[in-house]
Amino acid sequence: MRKFILRKFFANDNNEAFVPDAKFKHPDVAPELTVDHFNLSIEGSPILKDVSVTIPANKITCIIGPSGCGKSTLLKSLNRLSDTIEGVKTTGDIRIGDTSIANCSMSDLVELRRRIGLVPQRPTPLPMSIYGNIAYGCKIHGVSSRRELRKIVRHYLKVVGLWDEVKDRLTSPATKLSIGQQQRLCLARSLAVEPEFILADEATSALDPVSSKIVEDLFVKLKEQYSIVMVTHTLRQALRIADYVIFIYMGEVIEVGDAQQVFKNPKNELTQKYLSGAIS
Amino acid sequence: MSNLRIIKDRTASGAMRTVTIVALAFVLVMGWGLYRKSAPILSEIPLWDLLTDSTWQPFKNKFGFFPFVMGTIWVTVIAVIIALPLSLFTAVFLTEYSRRFVRKIVYPALDILASLPSVIYGVWGTLVVVPWISDKLAPYFVSFSTGYTTLAAGIVLSIMILPLLVSLFVELFTSVSNELRDSSYALGATRWQTAQSVVLRKSLPGVFASVVLAISRALGETIAVLMVCGNLPAVPHSVFDSCYPIPALIANNYGEMLSLPMYESALMFAALLLFVVVLVFNLASRLVLRKIEQK
Ligand SMILES: Nc1ncnc2c1ncn2[C@@H]1O[C@H](COP(=O)(O)OP(=O)(O)OP(=O)(O)O)[C@@H](O)[C@H]1O
Ligand SMILES: [Mg+2]
Repeated sequence: MRKFILRKFFANDNNEAFVPDAKFKHPDVAPELTVDHFNLSIEGSPILKDVSVTIPANKITCIIGPSGCGKSTLLKSLNRLSDTIEGVKTTGDIRIGDTSIANCSMSDLVELRRRIGLVPQRPTPLPMSIYGNIAYGCKIHGVSSRRELRKIVRHYLKVVGLWDEVKDRLTSPATKLSIGQQQRLCLARSLAVEPEFILADEATSALDPVSSKIVEDLFVKLKEQYSIVMVTHTLRQALRIADYVIFIYMGEVIEVGDAQQVFKNPKNELTQKYLSGAIS
Repeated sequence: MSNLRIIKDRTASGAMRTVTIVALAFVLVMGWGLYRKSAPILSEIPLWDLLTDSTWQPFKNKFGFFPFVMGTIWVTVIAVIIALPLSLFTAVFLTEYSRRFVRKIVYPALDILASLPSVIYGVWGTLVVVPWISDKLAPYFVSFSTGYTTLAAGIVLSIMILPLLVSLFVELFTSVSNELRDSSYALGATRWQTAQSVVLRKSLPGVFASVVLAISRALGETIAVLMVCGNLPAVPHSVFDSCYPIPALIANNYGEMLSLPMYESALMFAALLLFVVVLVFNLASRLVLRKIEQK
């Protein structure tokens, strides 16, 4: 029944321009993310040490560095998913625009997290339908009109190029999709609440080369409207798409700058070594 | 050398197969034995009358099992109605909200509770629950109650299956990956929204299977229930009436009434009834479970 209604709705609907819900409107000037003398320790051992960087708007920023240096931890701190780590302590501040993330209240955090989307390393379809996965975030933030939700679902599935592949099975479980499709669904899901930033932790590492390329191209396309922060292990990927690079070594930011500069003329010796493959 | 490995492998698989077959055969043999023993009463009174008749007067050869069937159902349903929400909330609290040191205290406590002999729950029921019902609760609803009631049995039973359910749920919820939770949090979901829409939803088949397990356990629980249910062979009409579940019937009377052959056969039929109910219930729930998992 539901399936039928959905199909009918989508069949009747013509391609009017999509306008996000008023709740999800971006601010006029895209904000930057500022990490300000940020320290993070887990059970007493320091993981991030005095990190200060500014992540620019509407660019792809790549965080690179050897395994275990704290890339994922930094990324998690940006939307305070680091809260869920047992025994975590932080000092310093992280701000989106002028609003503090690192030191805000739980009720503000819910809204701030909406403004900072996440694409996980391995796709994590929520235990619901394809439609439900995308509608979930919107429902959480109070979009309840069915009509509105359907528009949103269709629009973002189109954005990630999934619409034609799944439009006939929107009510089937999201777990039935292929891994590559699942990852695009995860991207659509975070886009559906119109974040200003998108965080991606090795978002293509679990994908086959073709799917990986699709997601990569999507990021490049999306940076016009969103600011993207990604962690990557593949330097070639960083070379291809990064505008801005942050190199971390043992919890410290060693070098930050435009991708061209960091890759062509690294100032720091450690960066040079890392780029040449001497440390990994 | 490699021959020895193959021999070992063959022996192991052979042994395991034998054990499995023996376990299966055991179930069949038990069912068959109970059936043989209850054959006399089944040949005398039609099955349908046995199940639907309410008169239990063994000395007048009247064996109506309806009160016992209803007693079993009432007590089990009450126990599940009380225990299910409590255990779900407890497990959600433990896995989604509490800090590690709380869990470190609570988990062992749950294990201890789950392994207490049921007679202890029975004693607790007679000392605490029964007087509470007769003095405090029942006066609001009925003019008189001894406290030895269906409700008392349901409460005691619910407390007994609670630790079992909580441990099973905790196991299920912790097996939901943290990445999945993070994805929900990252969209701006609160803990409660995440618990509902992600953790509970993901564990739904497991929750169902756990409830089935707990009901099977509740259906067969004997001693604790027997101590507080009142043991009155009449169909309960409210939770403040006494009742008489099937396991209590068997335990109270077996060994005493063997001089009456029909009585013995009736008790064996009661055992067979319990056996079949638990078996059918488990098989049916397996089918339902498969349906849920496919979704
Ligand atoms: N939950 C945790 N408990 C204890 N230590 C942790 C935890 N999470 C991360 N760490 C430690 O923090 C450090 C940084 O980990 P992080 O996952 O951020 O590294 P990474 O740069 O993302 O590595 P990789 O490239 O392998 O993903 C590591 O030394 C790790 O052992
Ligand atoms: Mg990592």
